[in-house]
Amino acid sequence: MTQALEDLGAHIRASMTSAIEDMKLAFGELTLDVRADQLLTVARFLRDDPRCRFTTLIDICGVDYPQRDKRFDVVYHFLSMHLNHRIRLRVMTDEQTPVPSIASLFPCADWYEREAFDMYGILFANHPDLRRLLTDYGFEGFPLRKDFPLSGHVEVWYDPEQQRVAYQPVKLAQAFRAFEFLSPWEGMTLPGDEKATKDPENARG
Amino acid sequence: MADGTTTIPAAAPEEKRTFTINFGPQHPAAHGVLRLVLELDGEVVERVDPHIGLLHRGTEKLIEYKTYLQAIPYFDRLDYVAPMNQEHAFCLAIEKLAGIDVPRRAQIIRVLYSEIGRILNHLLNVTTQAMDVGALTPPLWGFEEREKLMVFYERASGSRLHANYVRPGGVHQDLPPQLVDDIEEWCAQFPRTIDDIEGLLTDNRIFKQRNVDIGVVTPDDVIKWGFSGVMVRGSGLAWDLRRSQPYEIYDELQFKVPLGKNGDCYDRYLCRVEEMRESTKLMQQCIKLLREAQGPVLPLNSKFAPPRRAEMKSSMEALIHHFKLYTEGFHVPAGEAYAAVEAPKGEFGVYLVADGSNKPYRLKIRAPGFPHLEAMDYMCRGHMLADVSAVLGSLDIVFGEIDR
Repeated sequence: MTQALEDLGAHIRASMTSAIEDMKLAFGELTLDVRADQLLTVARFLRDDPRCRFTTLIDICGVDYPQRDKRFDVVYHFLSMHLNHRIRLRVMTDEQTPVPSIASLFPCADWYEREAFDMYGILFANHPDLRRLLTDYGFEGFPLRKDFPLSGHVEVWYDPEQQRVAYQPVKLAQAFRAFEFLSPWEGMTLPGDEKATKDPENARG
Repeated sequence: MADGTTTIPAAAPEEKRTFTINFGPQHPAAHGVLRLVLELDGEVVERVDPHIGLLHRGTEKLIEYKTYLQAIPYFDRLDYVAPMNQEHAFCLAIEKLAGIDVPRRAQIIRVLYSEIGRILNHLLNVTTQAMDVGALTPPLWGFEEREKLMVFYERASGSRLHANYVRPGGVHQDLPPQLVDDIEEWCAQFPRTIDDIEGLLTDNRIFKQRNVDIGVVTPDDVIKWGFSGVMVRGSGLAWDLRRSQPYEIYDELQFKVPLGKNGDCYDRYLCRVEEMRESTKLMQQCIKLLREAQGPVLPLNSKFAPPRRAEMKSSMEALIHHFKLYTEGFHVPAGEAYAAVEAPKGEFGVYLVADGSNKPYRLKIRAPGFPHLEAMDYMCRGHMLADVSAVLGSLDIVFGEIDR
């Protein structure tokens, strides 16, 4: 299985030299880092090449790394029912740069891209209908970004005066508690410990 | 609406008299909270625009703030018709990243309960599909069996619906022998119930009139729209993850993959009924294996499983381990993995990005119903308004997993 994936990765890399920046094989899964401007070419190649035939788009999702310059990963999962293998593509982008939409090649990409736009604000160029999908009508902000608070910014309540559901800023009855249980015993020096361990290399028993 | 219905052309040409109606969000045939904006020409559907997200709870965001163990119950609340299948996918993803080996007995129990989940789901879907087209008796008969299955859920996990039973490395607790016997007894009588339900529906004239040749999906379109599960098999493509990418002990078990021919709502119904029969046989095989395979249901001496209660009474390390496991939780090594199971509705996948801490960095849930519902527009175009609910019923939609 691993050998077959390795061969497949080498084959794709050889055919798409300029588009693929990196290739990784981990946990029996093949991941390709693709240049955003070449995404359509790669997706088409993966779909049509007789050794790939990744005709089914399984999933598109965003991942947010706020500390990075290009903060978003857009991750594509493909499946080939014909040859029974999977592949993952990864494209990097930031808040302004759109990623080419693959909805013209895979019609089901439509909603996945809308969801990524809704959750992260990732833009997709040439998307047929880039509206919000899961959040409420008129929602502001991108909830799955790491800098979006878990409690959100607004909450809904029924306003008896206006006789309708209305928004107001979130008021928490109890302060938000983030439980940080990360162990102080591993990977962290307690105050005073530095006196006992001058040389951290040897101090670890 | 701020961004809802604006795309509908305001100034349609005078001779083309289409009108727009809302189907849902409160509609018994919408299977939850779905708002369909239907554009109709007379009674013919011209365009369908599903507005989803009314049940969006931000599961993926919430999970980023929970330890791995605390995240498991969220999976019950996705597809609440077959809860354990979802937990299973999540645990498979963790096990893949952390390299945990699952004891054999736990694998068998997982498969047993996955198949119970499949029957739970198909019973609900088949019978509510019948209800969508006007029959009332099938749901009553089907729900009686569902109730018995949920008792099996409860006897294993303590909860009828939200089981929280599958754990990374195995399952929470072993099954009592009496429960295994009772499941076996149930398996013996269940095919009769399927026969009864089939007697009501399979040759029923009204049911066939409403379902045959409705919502036909060609094999090409199956692939184009990213379908999975029964939606694929109903169109005659033999694709089942249990067969093609087997996990747990599926490669040892004997089962058939029922296929449809025409890809219409009726064939999908037939596939589901046949799958229930196959699942019953799978359960019987599991019970047989379960009696042979005694042993632990969680890995022993593992960082990922709690120590036994008796150990904690005498061993300080065990007590510390227990405390750390349920406060800090275990750490999953950095990396990313995608694990998928053949959930009753199709491929349920979990894409897990771990950063080496005790919480998932990012967790994407790939719900099978999502691409199915997306294809509503394609499937309903040109059909009559009354067919919309038949198509929707055969898609097997549960909003918990689509909206997440």
